[in-house]
Amino acid sequence: MLRAAFNRLVGMLTVMAIVVTIVFIIVRVTPGDPAAVMLGPDATAADVQALRQRLGLDGTIFQQFVAYIGGILRGDLGQSIFLGQPVTTALWMRAEPTFFLTLFSLGIATIIALPIGIASAYWRGSLFDQAMTAIAMFAASVPSFWLGLIFIQVFAVQFGWFPTSGYGGPYTGFVERLHHLVLPAATLGIVSSALIMRFTRASMLDVLNDDYVRTARSKGMTEWRVVVKHALKNALIPILTVVGLTAALLISGAIVTETVFALPGVGNLIVSAVLRRDYPVIQGALLIVAGLYVLINFLIDMLYLLVDPRVRY
Amino acid sequence: MTLDADTILSVRNLRTWFRTKYVTAKAVDGVTFDLKRGQTLAVVGESGSGKSVTSLSIIGLLSRPGAIESGEILFRDRSEKVQDLAKLGPRGFRAIRGREIAMIFQEPMTSLNPLYTVGDQIGEMIALHNKLDRHEARKRTLEMLQAVEIPDAKNRLDDYPHQMSGGMRQRVMIAMALACNPSLLIADEPTTALDVTIQAQILDLLRRLQEQMGMSILFITHNLGVVAEIAHEVVVMYAGQVVEHAPVIDLFARQKHPYTKGLLACTPNAARDLEPGGTRKALYSIPGSVPPITNLPPGCAFAPRCEYAIDACHAMPPSLTDAGADRLSRCLRSSEL
Repeated sequence: MLRAAFNRLVGMLTVMAIVVTIVFIIVRVTPGDPAAVMLGPDATAADVQALRQRLGLDGTIFQQFVAYIGGILRGDLGQSIFLGQPVTTALWMRAEPTFFLTLFSLGIATIIALPIGIASAYWRGSLFDQAMTAIAMFAASVPSFWLGLIFIQVFAVQFGWFPTSGYGGPYTGFVERLHHLVLPAATLGIVSSALIMRFTRASMLDVLNDDYVRTARSKGMTEWRVVVKHALKNALIPILTVVGLTAALLISGAIVTETVFALPGVGNLIVSAVLRRDYPVIQGALLIVAGLYVLINFLIDMLYLLVDPRVRY
Repeated sequence: MTLDADTILSVRNLRTWFRTKYVTAKAVDGVTFDLKRGQTLAVVGESGSGKSVTSLSIIGLLSRPGAIESGEILFRDRSEKVQDLAKLGPRGFRAIRGREIAMIFQEPMTSLNPLYTVGDQIGEMIALHNKLDRHEARKRTLEMLQAVEIPDAKNRLDDYPHQMSGGMRQRVMIAMALACNPSLLIADEPTTALDVTIQAQILDLLRRLQEQMGMSILFITHNLGVVAEIAHEVVVMYAGQVVEHAPVIDLFARQKHPYTKGLLACTPNAARDLEPGGTRKALYSIPGSVPPITNLPPGCAFAPRCEYAIDACHAMPPSLTDAGADRLSRCLRSSEL
């Protein structure tokens, strides 16, 4: 177990090294001088030169790379041009809403998708199965911003059950913040539940026909036990994989949803950084999102080990 | 519902059909046989003959759209109560499966759950039907592993199925099936997937366990060699029907149905097929193939492949009739065979 974790950790660091390099290159290959692009056509040559120095763009590519890697290793992602604060601080301040939004939506998606996927597979071809397949297709093709707007209109404006937007003031309690997150999380959760539902159904269909499921039935246990203890556990690996992928997608999906619901999260930060061409922030956010993606995959790999005794890394 | 005192299972005129919107496949069509206490009845036939569907009907594990159309499956449980399994619901079957009737399957490689240790899987069977604490269940599990002669059983309790060979896994399946002392064991081709040497060991083990524990065995196979090893009585099935039924010694001495004759001729036999000079006799094969169960000929289902067939055979399906002491045959010309 520890050995396997170590092996995966080495793999994870390799991937991160590649990601860091790619992010570095992307910013350098932007056409023209990044400093000039950021400051716009009205900037004076002196301003551009000053910014180039601040961004460390005046050295050779190799010097820049060393400085950039050195910064990352020290936990320094540079200085935001517009916010007047370090990129790490800017990201950290906005991490909380995004973190809880992702977790909350993932919870909603899984709670909806898992039972329906299992039931669809168990009663395959039934009216229930067909209806759920149709609903899943619909949910998967609905744009999240549209669903978000509908939710705001119905549940916030008409019924007044939830706030229309925002994350509460700086002194709002945790419960009140969760209340603010219900609609955005439901939006993201419903849209992403379709994928988990389809995977759960397909994976369960595979295992329900397996010989050991028939063996389990021949032992005289309840159908519930057959399905949950013997079938579901075997179907879990593909399901875990897709839940992990969904978690990663939710982080990027949060960008749109945070904009619709005006949540002060990382997604919102990225959108405004792109609009203002705040390169250090974009670069830092890219790194963090990619890092989370890799971290989630690592955690899923570790879960495989717990579920299936045959898995070895 | 009466049953002879020494009969544990009586299948009477069982029809198990697979109905879909377009066709009805009569997988089992009027099968009748009795199984006596402590004895082994072999059901022999090619794939598609209905032998597996018969066994799945008995234990109530038919998959849709298969369903029992008519007939009775009378079973005497350990309290001597006789029940008709053909009319039993899911709750009734839960009390019977594992405890009264257990089953082992063809594929030992896939019949065990890969995610649980063999100890857990046998222990689960014991815990389902007995009020035992963990310690007692584990003790009983170990006893079962020792009973099926798994070497170093104590250290294999916590092995996963993938750490065992096919033969060992089939032993685990047998240990699991017999853990609650069932009175009937259904063995659906339990040795088909195994090497010949392992096959002999498993048959030997089953025979010894039967002597010790006294359960009856319904043994499903397509291999007449295996039948000779283990069965007391034999039922030969073709296209969903019993075509011949006889005590094992009588059957091998003389076959009263051309299909049985053909099956036996198809069985490779080194002593018979290899002549002293080293030349090989061509192995016999029954001409043609099993007709699709949804489209059987009007007369005897075997007639199109039968070298004994006469006009009457093609006209009307023959019935199962007496063909000498303790034996039955579904052939118009059985007396000439």
